[in-house]
Amino acid sequence: MSAIILFMAGIAAIAGWWLSQQRLAAKPWLEEGVLVDLREQSGSSPPTAKIGLGVFLAVVGSLFALFISAYSMRMTMVDWRALPVPALLWFNTGALVLSSVALQWAYTAARRDDIDGVILGLLSGGASAVTFLIGQLLAWRQLAGAGYFVASNPANSFFYLITAVHGLHLMGGLVALGRTTSKVWRSAEVIRVRLSVELCAIYWHFLLLVWLVLLGLLTGWTDGFVDICRQLLT
Amino acid sequence: MVDVPFDTVAGIPPAEVGEVDLYHPKSWWTRYVFSQDAKVIAIQYSITAMSIGMVALVLSWLMRLQLGFPGTFSFIDPNQYLQFITMHGMIMVIYLLTALFLGGFGNYLIPLMVGARDMVFPYVNMLSYWVYLLAVVVLVSTFFVPGGPPGAGWTLYPPQAILSGTPGQDWGIILMLASLILFIIGFTMGGLNYVVTVLQARTRGMTLMRLPLTVWGIFTATVMALLAFPALLVASVMLLLDRLLGTSFFMPTLVEMGQLTKYGGGSPILFQHLFWFFGHPEVYIVALPAFGIISDLISVHARKNIFGYRMMVWAIVAIGALSFVVWAHHMYVSGMHPYFGFFFATTTLIIAIPTAIKVYTWVLTLWRGDIHLTIPMLFALAFIVTFVNGGLTGLFLGNVVVDVPLSDTMFVVAHFHMVMGIAPIMAVFGGIYHWYPKITGRMLNEVLGRFHFWVSFLGAYAIFFPMHYLGLLGMPRRYHDIGETAFVPASAHDLNAFMSVAALIVGFAQLVFLFNLVWSLFKGKEAGGNPWGAASLEWQTPETPPGHGNWGKELPIVYRWAYDYSVPGAAGDFVPQNEPPAGLLAQGAGP
Ligand code: HEM
Ligand SMILES: [Cu+2]
Repeated sequence: MSAIILFMAGIAAIAGWWLSQQRLAAKPWLEEGVLVDLREQSGSSPPTAKIGLGVFLAVVGSLFALFISAYSMRMTMVDWRALPVPALLWFNTGALVLSSVALQWAYTAARRDDIDGVILGLLSGGASAVTFLIGQLLAWRQLAGAGYFVASNPANSFFYLITAVHGLHLMGGLVALGRTTSKVWRSAEVIRVRLSVELCAIYWHFLLLVWLVLLGLLTGWTDGFVDICRQLLT
Repeated sequence: MVDVPFDTVAGIPPAEVGEVDLYHPKSWWTRYVFSQDAKVIAIQYSITAMSIGMVALVLSWLMRLQLGFPGTFSFIDPNQYLQFITMHGMIMVIYLLTALFLGGFGNYLIPLMVGARDMVFPYVNMLSYWVYLLAVVVLVSTFFVPGGPPGAGWTLYPPQAILSGTPGQDWGIILMLASLILFIIGFTMGGLNYVVTVLQARTRGMTLMRLPLTVWGIFTATVMALLAFPALLVASVMLLLDRLLGTSFFMPTLVEMGQLTKYGGGSPILFQHLFWFFGHPEVYIVALPAFGIISDLISVHARKNIFGYRMMVWAIVAIGALSFVVWAHHMYVSGMHPYFGFFFATTTLIIAIPTAIKVYTWVLTLWRGDIHLTIPMLFALAFIVTFVNGGLTGLFLGNVVVDVPLSDTMFVVAHFHMVMGIAPIMAVFGGIYHWYPKITGRMLNEVLGRFHFWVSFLGAYAIFFPMHYLGLLGMPRRYHDIGETAFVPASAHDLNAFMSVAALIVGFAQLVFLFNLVWSLFKGKEAGGNPWGAASLEWQTPETPPGHGNWGKELPIVYRWAYDYSVPGAAGDFVPQNEPPAGLLAQGAGP
């Protein structure tokens, strides 16, 4: 359970930092009148939708941290046989990186009010994300073709499960991306969609980060690190 | 996502909202059924939760009938008993209490108490309810599928949960897990709303330290739930795959009915870790909103400011954080490294400190207060007594050496019913009697209410107090029928019968309560806007019940905390949160 504990410690640190700025030591029973609101003081607080996305990412993060915890606990059992990682995954990773870059590009274009750039970025980002998903499916087929079925070994089960969950999150993101793209298409005003584009980009970067961590785990690169964590706890 | 009208520069919702910005229902359907108004969603959540709660109540009658009069009711066989236990526990904890506190009270109270017009993502909020309803429907469907509902206990421990000896192994367990997954998805949608609304939509002057404790409780509980439910999601998904695809995440190599199963090598302990990583915070997910509600009820009905508000806030936050590092105290008997046991026993006992602080501050708030024994106050007092009672037995069980012999006895059942069954239910009732006038504009009937209180409170003690004694005798839990044993004297059977009769009477009182809810809607006394003379914002709405958008044209401005009762020198015995200080000439705001 070390991955999730680490993750929770991170969340606790952020929450603690935020709380420490909220004047929790105030004595509300003595203070009357309109207080200087911290949200006013800080100048520009992030828009609601962005905060909503941040909270959502914390939830998704804890989901993946739990999967990783379960993975690292299960892999110590004797029946674990690591499976060969299809080379295709490297291609897929490339596609996902491209996808993230394209969305970042769309976002910078949105800040420049360059509507064509936004559309181009969104479309190519979406296309490479779809490429990634198709690539993942092909990787599944390759593995199944080589006799690595879901139920034949826990390492396989985890591989299919974790990639599926990640893929589902990306598909959810594609829905949001599609809606944003159609919004851009219909209204010429970039300002109105700037926020949506930014949110998509953030979500994509997050999923890319998650994917890189998962890739490290699935290919066994992070085994050394996992071992250290495990030792720390015992 | 919805474009919330938002003054990005100030970071505070603008006081005036133009007509177009608010979501407006266009037809009867979008007003009452597919509504995006948090108040309607709250009522939908509450009605659904209470309906499914009635199912759990009926199941508890059946279980008590069996325990009190073993052998008399031939239609309850051992398998069914296990199914009843499972469904009763699961429904009570998740589908009733969690949904009611967060989806019901949270949706209704958060926007009103922080001075917002609605939740920040109304559309997602509406989806949340419908996914929850779907989860409930799937749950109920387990009663009608071949093999019936699952019978593995509400903890659904593998391997037994999906092996063929267990009732409901066929369909029941699959639907149960699917329903849990849906519930978690639905909850996450709602939870995002509750958290972000508190963060972003507070009105001008409403600093965090001016929030009523109810909001603090619900807010912290929601944050915890958002982080803890994923553990249940992971456990459910993997168990579902073990059952459906034959993977071995949790399933060890074993022989079933004389045959080697397809499973091998899995770790049941892994499931327990995941389950309790969710399960323990879950206890506080239902406790923290109850803490908050009780604090507010006590302050209003004792006409006194809350004692140690800051301490209360800190304690809520501390409990929220600590409850993520105690989960393994549910696994003392599952086998673990002794140092682990020591660590978890220590953290468990440390949680008792902020919890005790809360109890002291309630008592000190009551001290020399002008206590009105209204129905909400009665329930609040009942909560404190019951919670202390259950908390003390919890300290017993938190110690490894004491827990080991008492584990899986009726002592544990008595303990958790006191602390997370009866106590939160008392807070729910107190809250409903308190806020019903705001929700409907009418008071609940007083006579029926007092009857409901006394029967439920005394009755609950009649059921669960003697149960501790049965547990000390060694009476095991989750037994259909213990038969003739040397360690259980005949008198214990009489006690069991007595408890069962009490359970039926308590159940009847709940029917009276439901009747009261409906009857008072039409015939109750008109309440007016603020029948209790409460200072917090939700009682200062221009209309009762609050209209669409809650606040009429302008948002209230907050000048003080929520607990200005019996302030020396003030004109009335309370000062509403939005009343400007005497020195400050109001710009038309305030009553
Ligand atoms: C008058 C009300 C209630 C009665 C009479 C009642 C009765 C029972 C009985 C007889 C059992 C089974 C004991 C056994 O043989 O192991 C049980 C289990 C349980 N009850 Fe209740 N109960 C009531 C209310 C509640 C409430 C409000 C909750 C909410 C938290 C709750 C949560 C549970 C849980 C979690 C279990 C354990 C299920 C399991 O062993 O898997 N109960 N209850
Ligand atoms: Cu616990």
